[in-house]
Amino acid sequence: MEYFTQQLINGVTLGAIYGLIAIGYTMVYGIIGMINFAHGEIFMIGSFVSLIAFLLLGILGVTWLPLALLIVMILAMMFTAVYGWSLERIAYRPLRGSPRLAALISAIGMSIFLQNFVQLEQGAKVKPLPPVVTGGFDLLGEGGFVVKLSYMQILIVIVTTVLLIAFSFVISHTTMGRAQRACQQDMKMAALVGINVDRTISMTFVLGASLAAVAGMMFMLYYGVIDFFIGFLAGIKAFTAAVLGGIGSLPGAVLGGMLIGLIEVFWSAYFTIEYKDVAAFSILVLVLIFRPSGLLGKPEIEKV
Amino acid sequence: MMSAMAIETGRNPTLLEVEHLTMRFGGLVAIDDVSFSAKDREITAIIGPNGAGKTTVFNCLTGFYKPSVGRLALSHPRKGEFLLERMEGFTIPQKADVARTFQNVRLFPAMSVLENLIIAQHNKLMRASGFTIGGLLGLGTYRRAERDAVDLAKYWLDRMGLTDRADNEAGSLPYGDQRKLEIARAMCMQPVLLCLDEPAAGLNPRESEDLNQQLLYIRDEHKIGILLIEHDMSVVMTISDHIVVLDYGRKISDGSPEQVRNDPTVIRAYLGEEEDGELPPDVEQDLIDDARRQET
Repeated sequence: MEYFTQQLINGVTLGAIYGLIAIGYTMVYGIIGMINFAHGEIFMIGSFVSLIAFLLLGILGVTWLPLALLIVMILAMMFTAVYGWSLERIAYRPLRGSPRLAALISAIGMSIFLQNFVQLEQGAKVKPLPPVVTGGFDLLGEGGFVVKLSYMQILIVIVTTVLLIAFSFVISHTTMGRAQRACQQDMKMAALVGINVDRTISMTFVLGASLAAVAGMMFMLYYGVIDFFIGFLAGIKAFTAAVLGGIGSLPGAVLGGMLIGLIEVFWSAYFTIEYKDVAAFSILVLVLIFRPSGLLGKPEIEKV
Repeated sequence: MMSAMAIETGRNPTLLEVEHLTMRFGGLVAIDDVSFSAKDREITAIIGPNGAGKTTVFNCLTGFYKPSVGRLALSHPRKGEFLLERMEGFTIPQKADVARTFQNVRLFPAMSVLENLIIAQHNKLMRASGFTIGGLLGLGTYRRAERDAVDLAKYWLDRMGLTDRADNEAGSLPYGDQRKLEIARAMCMQPVLLCLDEPAAGLNPRESEDLNQQLLYIRDEHKIGILLIEHDMSVVMTISDHIVVLDYGRKISDGSPEQVRNDPTVIRAYLGEEEDGELPPDVEQDLIDDARRQET
């Protein structure tokens, strides 16, 4: 039981990170119907920006942790948002209206470009960061097994929850969010009520990138090491999460993220750690076979 | 009644001036050198057999297509002249205040009825909310703008008899109500030119009579120009102030309902050359109905 609780805590933490990244996939898919395969790299850049920001703050002597975390988060969101915006502007907007495959190839190209860019700029070596948020609660169990709930895990879950609430508020209650949903449902009609569709799409990338930046920062703090390649696997997992939850659906992305996180952690805990990725992706295959629209997704109805 | 309208026609200023509009798709000429004008506070109908290029005219006006040749000048009563063919798609409704509806209704199906009407006021709200940021902070100007937007939406819900359905998903409404909602949404944009693409299609005679009343109300009370594509002659002949007839992408007639009805070219276009004889049954029915209405 204690072991189970521990795995549940770990799974939820990981799931929260996947969920944050998955939202970026699902939003972009919802609005322009394309998989932004460079989104994993945006996440990776987010974690690099936060690492750099942490080191800079260390040099500047900002040592009060909550303040440092807040500054790092804001900086990471800002810089990564600029990357997200430029990505759309450079690689996707010129291809709007061309076949989906063109944009997909362009996305893969951007993904490779960003990976190599970071590798060249930052070096290929793994970047460590000493644990910043330490300590936690010991929820003592029977039989000597101690369930640990670290402050870092609490932080991840709280920040994710707060961001998700803020984010769904933006989507459901603001003018921009309403425009975003309108574009999702009918882009041409949205333009006909005077919505600037290009700007709305840019905003979608900015929002998705800033959420990915927070995920990147959490990842960096949680695992303590990052390299230029982390975006690949995390990106694919988050994509799986988005598909599992139903691509295009925001609650689906969070649910999918949680499920993928839990599956991965429980598989490692009870079966073999080597096959944890296999387990996660097998779920993807099963979902695609038996429920292609995902858990919360709506089946796509072809317009006649 | 017809003559009274004809007199009034002279008084209203020109709202839209279409000059030498040509639209080619590769080798296909969908519209061939069409010129006509539509006046403010009048209902101008564009009629013609299927494939005559009516909807293409709308698509050029609303920025879906860039015309191959031609000038589309809109004289906005308050903002001056706009050349629609040079404007980027979304700025036509945003700046020139042109709104349109579609032959096959195009709502935001997953939004509520009310929200469909709020989104039509996007630009107003966007400006009032300082591009969303002010809205997030809950600024007074934004709250006032939002209240006004809801009031306008309520007004049109009431007008169209949709108040009970305000919170329903737009996609779940019956067809007739979807048509009404689409017009309400266009009107929430507070346009100076309302382009309606077959608003009576699929409506029963009673609904289509209601529609006539609504359109006349819009023309007279909101004082805007309406451009109307319609097949239903009972709608066209009753409410139009001015009719433009297209056939195979060309304008074949232009004038008051009276003139158009008696124009031999129009009759030929609708009924075919005389040696063909046979009439499509629905056209024949329309003509008979129409003649009967004339007599009474």
